[in-house]
Amino acid sequence: MAARMPDAPGLELIAGELNEAHPGSVLETYHDRGQACLIVDPDQVLGVLGWLRETPGQEYRFLASLHAADYLPAEPRFGVHYELLNMARVERLRVRAALADPGDDALPEIDSCAEMFPTADFQEREVYDFFGIVFRGHPDLRRILMPEEYVGWPQRRDFPIGGEPVIFTNTENQVPRWYE
Amino acid sequence: MVRVTEPTLHGTAPAHGGDRIAHTEATVIGTSPIEKSGLDPGSIDSELLTINMGPHHPATHGVLRLLVSLEGEVVRDLKPIMGYVHTGIEKSCEDKNYWKVIPFVERMDYISYYFQMQAYCGAVEQLLELEIPERAKYLRVIHLELNRIHSHLVWLGTSALDLGAMSMFFYCFRERDRILDMFEMSSGQRMHTRYFQVGGVFEDIPVGFAEKVRAFCDEMPSRIDQYEALLTRNEIFLQRTKGIGIVPRERLLDLGVTGPLLRAAGEPWDLRKADPYLSYADHDFSIPVGTVGDGWDRYRVRIQEMRESVKIVRQAIDGLPEGPWIADDRKVVLPPRHELSTSMESLIHHFKLVTEGFRVAPGEVYHPIEGPRGELGCFVVADGSAKPARVHFRDSSFVNLQCLRDMCLDEYVADMIQNLAMLDPILGGIDR
Repeated sequence: MAARMPDAPGLELIAGELNEAHPGSVLETYHDRGQACLIVDPDQVLGVLGWLRETPGQEYRFLASLHAADYLPAEPRFGVHYELLNMARVERLRVRAALADPGDDALPEIDSCAEMFPTADFQEREVYDFFGIVFRGHPDLRRILMPEEYVGWPQRRDFPIGGEPVIFTNTENQVPRWYE
Repeated sequence: MVRVTEPTLHGTAPAHGGDRIAHTEATVIGTSPIEKSGLDPGSIDSELLTINMGPHHPATHGVLRLLVSLEGEVVRDLKPIMGYVHTGIEKSCEDKNYWKVIPFVERMDYISYYFQMQAYCGAVEQLLELEIPERAKYLRVIHLELNRIHSHLVWLGTSALDLGAMSMFFYCFRERDRILDMFEMSSGQRMHTRYFQVGGVFEDIPVGFAEKVRAFCDEMPSRIDQYEALLTRNEIFLQRTKGIGIVPRERLLDLGVTGPLLRAAGEPWDLRKADPYLSYADHDFSIPVGTVGDGWDRYRVRIQEMRESVKIVRQAIDGLPEGPWIADDRKVVLPPRHELSTSMESLIHHFKLVTEGFRVAPGEVYHPIEGPRGELGCFVVADGSAKPARVHFRDSSFVNLQCLRDMCLDEYVADMIQNLAMLDPILGGIDR
């Protein structure tokens, strides 16, 4: 089984037309293992998504999923993925916004698409929560799964998988003041 | 727990009897729903009360907290707050070999564990470009559809319980237990079976399993008739569900809602039909859709889906092809146990697979399947090592929960319980 998608020339056509409508928006394309993907400039992501959504012949109107990944040694470091779907043709297309790490403690920023795709509301909050990617213009950008006062961005690759000692009745006196 | 916006509004004595709760220091996390609603909190006509429902509340089907602004008994704003059972499964998966991730992801949405396994194994198989044998596809479909019935039974029992139908719970769990018995027979576990492997399934079905499944398929339609006899024309149930919680189809699509909720609103979108995976293209089944999209339609769609799932299970068990149940790729799949004592090569493969696991060439894949609650997608990034660089689940309950506000706005508190029940959220999947 392979999900349907634009074929390789079709993907290049989309990339070409996008680069005409929004110059410099598509940086790269790839076509791999049944998946078609456009890697785009994060500053133009709203233009790209809007074009794919509204242009006759494209009409990727359903945002199936929005998620992110940290490709740590690679540059640009972060990718925000928009899994678009055309329900009539059952075609899927991934848009990946390649976000660079601004360095220091500054957080990478990208425009929010919650107005165009209301489904992105929770999912952008989740990406913010775990990767510290700020979505400009999001109506209510707060942590969603981690506690409000949590510090750090746990899904980043350089965030250590820590652990808390598990307390059993026979080991509790080895962990002082465990009950606090 | 309770926050009154302007305690001094009515002077020192409460205007409406003594049961107004005085000002507390408790604050609302984030933007208050009252401030967002645009209503003037100071006016006497719009006396809004913001309360918490949950996180520990039997009607929230898990540890979900709803911040609700009430005007009398009418819900004026609602905000779901989750994360109480977040366990960082996605992060932990990055530290495990590919084959060790399977039991982890099963525990996200703890009702539909076969679907989580299929989404993850499907994604890894797509990354490996590994074709799985026909028999494995059929066995997977049998277990997936049994799991769908199981999931809908849990939903039906608990939702009917929310609406006051106590006995439904016992009837639903009676059949659920038969399904769990079958899971135990094929895999040794009742829940979290780890039955699917990358490349196929863990073990062929035992002798007697097929007869047991057939007997279940014979009996289940009459059991569903019994549920319907109890609920479908039940006056109380009809009054609680008819015309409640309607959200237009376009709005549901904008919100990314999939599954029975979307189908109840009249959109016949089901990935098993739209984009058949496994052996779904071989089976004859239909996609039930509703017309109005109210609670009753959602109930009817799920009931009918159980009947269709029974049909699929019967076709799959009758048409089960002979042959291997797992792919024959020694770089990915463990060799048969008996070869270990005779073949040095098998022993080496076995050792390498168990200690190090298999490596996956760099790439990324989003693998969507139709879960019992909608599109369940698994996004896996491989970096060339034996551990995934990222495992993300697009959980259908997480996305579907966004339409709860649209369902409940300007309706009664009691209808909010019904709406939440018909939404069928599983908090383990939402929080992951």
